[in-house]
Amino acid sequence: MDKTINITLKVWRQAGPKAKGHFETYKLNNISTDSSFLEMLDVLNEQLISEKKEPVVFDHDCREGICGMCSLYINGHPHGPDSAVTTCQLHMRRFHDGETITVEPWRSNAFPVIKDLMVDRRAYDKIMQAGGFVSVNTGGVPDANAIPISKKNADEAMDNASCIGCGACAAACKNGSAMLFVAAKVSQLALLPQGKVEAASRVKAMLGKMDELGFGNCTNTGACAAECPKCVPLSAIARLNREFICAKFKD
Amino acid sequence: MWLFNSSVGRKFVMSITGACLALFLLFHATMNLVAIISEDGYNMICEFLGANWYALVGTLGLAFLAVVHILYAFVLSIINYRARGKERYAVSSRANNVEWSSMNMLVLGFIILAGIVLHLCNFWAKMQLVEILGQEPANGVELIKYTFAQWYFFVPYLLWFVALWYHLTHGIWSAMQTLGWSNNIWLPRIKCISNIIATIIVLMFLVVLVYYFVAGNCCAATCAAI
Repeated sequence: MDKTINITLKVWRQAGPKAKGHFETYKLNNISTDSSFLEMLDVLNEQLISEKKEPVVFDHDCREGICGMCSLYINGHPHGPDSAVTTCQLHMRRFHDGETITVEPWRSNAFPVIKDLMVDRRAYDKIMQAGGFVSVNTGGVPDANAIPISKKNADEAMDNASCIGCGACAAACKNGSAMLFVAAKVSQLALLPQGKVEAASRVKAMLGKMDELGFGNCTNTGACAAECPKCVPLSAIARLNREFICAKFKD
Repeated sequence: MWLFNSSVGRKFVMSITGACLALFLLFHATMNLVAIISEDGYNMICEFLGANWYALVGTLGLAFLAVVHILYAFVLSIINYRARGKERYAVSSRANNVEWSSMNMLVLGFIILAGIVLHLCNFWAKMQLVEILGQEPANGVELIKYTFAQWYFFVPYLLWFVALWYHLTHGIWSAMQTLGWSNNIWLPRIKCISNIIATIIVLMFLVVLVYYFVAGNCCAATCAAI
């Protein structure tokens, strides 16, 4: 049961946003295949600290795949070679003994590196602030079943709402586009009656903010949906396009 | 103007111009097929189009579509390249379900553009252009027979069609997706439709090319032998 592997890590080290980065190579022995990728990085940092070296900076929080904090571009894939998982859910059993694993930060103009593997993803927060919400006058609580919603729409809205805003879509996109993220956020609200009221102004505001922040244009390559840890479908982008084009023609 | 300022607007222009150009290709390919069925029929079509006002309006419209499509392609590529950031990934691998063509549309576009230049020199300059200049245009079928029988024209045309096929297989469904005509059920369907239309267009062009290459070379050799 207790299988261990020896690995070589090539990790991107960068002292600060303006500093020039480079790859540093580390050897790690006896890593349990049952450990998660982030636990392996913890072991690396323990090792670095004991050697009186600067530990590697990386984002993480809940470590159960729901917060969207962990990132990392591992061996050419956002969140690693496994599908439908975040980095914190990736396990070392996915790697072989003696393998060299390359770990890089998200690379996108709108996600500048803060330090090492940590990038600034506030661009997504700014897009959400631009319109990713429903305006509600808080008053008496309405009855739960007062507004009927079809099962199909409820399910699809839920699929889109599963987006955790980790940034893997923009990291995977060869155009550095955040379309899948914006599409998921626009879709989850546009599909429900409560969100429909502000759908047109929301899509214009969120897409406008996305363009302003320096994300690229979607070319329907589909890498975003293929790498999304929450499997947000590519069809969400079609809905975003539809909502936006219709909103513009109504103007 | 949202057609230039917003990312979806730019892609909207790309889709509309691309879809119109694909429709033109469908028409052009159908017209070419006539050259195999009836040589006289083909020459009649050439005469019918010629330098008549509606053909000229059509040509101008096409030129406009092509120029807009190409200019937008450059603008989009530059913006997208910048959006990727200064540092590039040291290791990158293509995810499943990602078409090769979708990542190389600009390169394919360059090959297609080179093919268009060759094609305009081969045919358009000798047919419509000379007619606009008030001279007698070349005989359509004879020009085809001569051009496609030469291997140094045959090979570039072949490469051109292959690039066109790849460009269209991604372009057609991508245009529909950009226009919003897609959902979970229709996404695989529009990809299939895209492959079918691309194959039909390229196959129609290819049949005429191969037919006249074979007819021009093998038959000439056989005739000489007899």
